[in-house]
Amino acid sequence: MENEGKEKESEIVTEVNLKEDFQASGVADILAELDNSLIGLTPVKTRIKETASLLLVDKAREKLGLVNESPTLHMSFSGNPGTGKTTVALKMANLLFRLGYVRKGHLVTVTRDDLVGQYIGHTAPKTKEVLKKAMGGVLFIDEAYYLYRPENERDYGQEAIEILLQVMENNRDDLVVILAGYKDKMDKFFESNPGFRSRIAHHIDFPDYSNNELLEIAEVMVASMNYQFNEESKKAMAEYIKIRKKQPHFANARSIRNAIDRARLRQANRVFNNSKGPIGASFLSQIEDVDIRQSRVFSGGIDK
Amino acid sequence: MRVTQGTFSFLPDFTDQQIHEQVQYCIDNGWAVSIEYTDDPHPRNTYWEMWGHPMFDNPDAAAVVYELNECRKVYGSYYIRIIAFDSSPGWESIRLSFIVNRPAEEPGFKLSRTEVKGRNIQYSITPYSSDKPQGSRYK
Repeated sequence: MENEGKEKESEIVTEVNLKEDFQASGVADILAELDNSLIGLTPVKTRIKETASLLLVDKAREKLGLVNESPTLHMSFSGNPGTGKTTVALKMANLLFRLGYVRKGHLVTVTRDDLVGQYIGHTAPKTKEVLKKAMGGVLFIDEAYYLYRPENERDYGQEAIEILLQVMENNRDDLVVILAGYKDKMDKFFESNPGFRSRIAHHIDFPDYSNNELLEIAEVMVASMNYQFNEESKKAMAEYIKIRKKQPHFANARSIRNAIDRARLRQANRVFNNSKGPIGASFLSQIEDVDIRQSRVFSGGIDK
Repeated sequence: MRVTQGTFSFLPDFTDQQIHEQVQYCIDNGWAVSIEYTDDPHPRNTYWEMWGHPMFDNPDAAAVVYELNECRKVYGSYYIRIIAFDSSPGWESIRLSFIVNRPAEEPGFKLSRTEVKGRNIQYSITPYSSDKPQGSRYK
């Protein structure tokens, strides 16, 4: 009995060192990675840093016995296509794992098709299966507003929403749900589903990239594929971005990725047709401005 | 009479937290965990009813505990067990199985002796509860 008492006493924490906790959790690495690997997105980064420190402080308070309710961690990411929502969600899952808010830290990405069934009685097991898979990690629901289709009153989406809400509330310690989609549609979705709004603590907006940021992204992408731009091709890319941005179906970083993929195709074609003798690595990885300027975008057409 | 079988049969019943930890151990070993239930406690009754499919791709034990509680809502007065299947030999074999839910009252077994040729005795046991038809054995 005496021993037990002593042990208990030594377990009671009266002080915490936030800096030490911060170091030990490895959160710093993830935040640094977030800073380095993602271009632009300053408001998003700030929000994530704020969230991270809030969660760190919450954990510390829990150690001192100041909190007993686990915080609501469900989030909503709204922004145009190609603004990095999935990428950030992946980082977020890792972050929550390091902070000890989810046990495994894996990310399960789903859309309406994975949650909603096609006939009566099909939806509930399907949704539950996905939720179970995501337990211990993060469930990322892309284009979440498609779950709710007010124009069809027999739509099964409502059933999936009800199960989601129930699990989001009752199994808060087991999984974190991130809803993602376009800003305006998300707003409408939350308006018609107040249950979701109140269960989501963090709303993060993803702004569009500026032209310079897109160019930077293009350079990073090209470098990661082991290609390189020269001065002229960089200029061509900048012009491409300016024109493409005004066209419909512009999807930020995703459009840039597609443009680069097509430029690589043309580059390969050019290299193949022009090569007469042995060629070196630099020649194979050089993207010339003609590779970009051949794009339909420059002649008034649309790249998809 | 408290029915015991499988792994941990000598231990008192587990709490949900303890079940969670055992199941996590199974998952971390790459075993598929399944939930089964029955109202026939006879020791030779090896094939219990399955509660859904074995969970092959859930990385966290919370999913199993969640399903267990769903199963308890429907069959709270039945025996429920958790089984872990290991497929590494090339077929599914049971690595571990333990009871996680039992009826409030377990009436036990009736032992009957039959005298056969040469005054030998054959023994057989029958659960008292299985006098009633399936589904109405435990309340």
